[in-house]
Amino acid sequence: MTLLLPIILLPAAAGVASFLIRSHRFRRVVWVATAATHLAMSIAAAMPPEAATLGNWIGLDCLSAVFLVLTSLLFLGASIYGIGYVAREPVAPQPDLEDGSLFRNEPESVFTGGILLLLATMSLAILSRHLALQWVAIEATTLASAPLIYYHQNRRSLEAAWKYLILCSVGIAVALLGIFFLLMAMQEEPRDLTLTALLGQAAALDHKWLSTAFIFMLVGYGTKMGLAPLHSWLPDAHSEAPSPVSALLSGALLNCAFLGILRVQQVCAAAGMAAFGGDLLILFGLLSMGLAGVFILRQADYKRMLAYSSVEHMGILAVAVGMGGLGLFGAMLHAVNHSIVKAMLFFTAGNILSRFHTKDAAKIQGVCSVLPISGALWIAGFLAITGSPPFGTFISEFTILRASVEQGRWIVAGLYSLFLLVVFVGMSVIVLRMALGQSQAARQRESWTAVLSPVTFTLLALLLGVYLPAPLADKLHGAAGLLGGLAK
Amino acid sequence: MDIISVLLILSCLLLLGSSRLNVAIRVVAAQGILLGILPLDRSMGEFTAGIWVLSISTLISKGILLPWLMSICVRNSEIRREIEPFIGFGSSLLCGIGLLALAVWVTVRMPAVPGKLPVGFLMTSSFFLVFVGLFLMVTRRKALTQSLAYLVMENGVYGVGVGMSLDFPFVVELGILLDVFVGVFLMGNLLFHLDREFEHMDVDKLTELSDVSESPTIDGEQIA
Repeated sequence: MTLLLPIILLPAAAGVASFLIRSHRFRRVVWVATAATHLAMSIAAAMPPEAATLGNWIGLDCLSAVFLVLTSLLFLGASIYGIGYVAREPVAPQPDLEDGSLFRNEPESVFTGGILLLLATMSLAILSRHLALQWVAIEATTLASAPLIYYHQNRRSLEAAWKYLILCSVGIAVALLGIFFLLMAMQEEPRDLTLTALLGQAAALDHKWLSTAFIFMLVGYGTKMGLAPLHSWLPDAHSEAPSPVSALLSGALLNCAFLGILRVQQVCAAAGMAAFGGDLLILFGLLSMGLAGVFILRQADYKRMLAYSSVEHMGILAVAVGMGGLGLFGAMLHAVNHSIVKAMLFFTAGNILSRFHTKDAAKIQGVCSVLPISGALWIAGFLAITGSPPFGTFISEFTILRASVEQGRWIVAGLYSLFLLVVFVGMSVIVLRMALGQSQAARQRESWTAVLSPVTFTLLALLLGVYLPAPLADKLHGAAGLLGGLAK
Repeated sequence: MDIISVLLILSCLLLLGSSRLNVAIRVVAAQGILLGILPLDRSMGEFTAGIWVLSISTLISKGILLPWLMSICVRNSEIRREIEPFIGFGSSLLCGIGLLALAVWVTVRMPAVPGKLPVGFLMTSSFFLVFVGLFLMVTRRKALTQSLAYLVMENGVYGVGVGMSLDFPFVVELGILLDVFVGVFLMGNLLFHLDREFEHMDVDKLTELSDVSESPTIDGEQIA
């Protein structure tokens, strides 16, 4: 398939060019044009029902098709939001309202270049069918996004970027060990780490090496995906990053690390070891959900609240994949829903932050009266992310619950429902208090770049709640089939 | 090959016991050079172009460029030695012996796979490197030592990779090397900023962002 290469190379080329372009206006045009072209190419590549490949190393199956289109869609949303965002940011040094010290933003060219390189590396991570190449790409996403977190060059974002870089790099190094072990598990020729080779000889894989490899890869990629107790960098990085970047980190980048785990789980399932990986995934997943619930309950910072909510939803995905069966379809559907809603929430949080100049939820009241659109979006987003009907997340979370009940996993079902309830209560207190009430601040007109993406994403989340388009449903079922151990 | 493994183990013990950052950087540079020679040594005289490229690029990046970057970081800051690590240098050495025993235990228990390269002494030393890297990461205060620790750990992973398979596609090997290089380069870049902002590079001072402190304070206040 000829489209696969441009999907990776176009954003890479645009990213490098962005470092060199002097005119702000022209660079922003390049940014949005690249995002739009990327989405068009991704949809065109994903539409055909059969899997596309480019050699053994790059390819697009149902699983990667879902994640590719999702990532591309989120990136376009973040780009439209982002051009307005960088245009609003002052060029001169600005005082940090916390400690009064002056800080200056990164040059806009570095920001735009980094975000486009992030898209290129994410595309490569999704399209790789060679697990070591996928590792290279996932580590590269860390490197491309670390400068983005440090966009506001102040102390807190520096701390966040440092933790992010160190912890994720160490975690991912552990995953690389796991990939080497996978090579040791292979008994037959060809001995390379392509999915084709791994799935082809899945039945003959050495189970001891395979289980060791799975554990190492789960811990490694789990760090990057934000599974508790390896998540400690995530709330810092996702709350200190500028809002369009937070949206991408939570909505798109976590999925890439998740895909790394899915690939090795796919190999495990094909080797008849789905239950071994599944139990570990359920354990990590429930732990993430519970821990996120606790921290959301006593959270004072609304961007950190959203970051912990990402930890929670990654936990939901891990639980769902761990259960298998109906849970696999639920997981794929939930990944789509979560990404769209979480991106939209971070965009809205960015709007609130730029109007109220504080991340302290207790200092904000009356968002609905000051920013009517963002206020409504904030409440809608809260309902969507906690899985209330009629949003798509309700369907996916309910599907996962049904899977656990059907399999008779009563403890999982009970804890899962309990943690969802805790998060609902925790978020409702914070969000509703912010959205309602009176504010001294004057009512403000909102720019179209600030509301176009979140409004569109909200409508999408609503649409997915009432109607699942047939092509998307096909892909989701196909992806669930792949995870269930079907070859191809 | 056994000589390289022994030297790698000795270099780690030296790292554990020394407080001077310049010494630590030189030790890590020596590790990089040893790892550069490793693929040539492993190939038993069949030098392909891929092995040459891998060797030379490892040697240049891990043996020369990254240590050089680190020493610039040291020169630009006021810090010359690691002060008051969470576990002292003598005790660190003792822990090192324990980690070595752990590495031996792990590698001896590895299931043998017929038709594969023998899992030998190199595997033990590589795992030891990984363990020492992780140990340094959690017990040292200086941000610079943390990035050195990352490099040591990454060296260990590289050793495991070379020990397990030489027929690994070298494009991927180079990709891994490039990732590590850019990663450490970015860390070095952030180190400059850390030095300026915090006037020291102690990672335990990085506590502004936390949810587990006694009184959760709210930061934030910058524009979006």
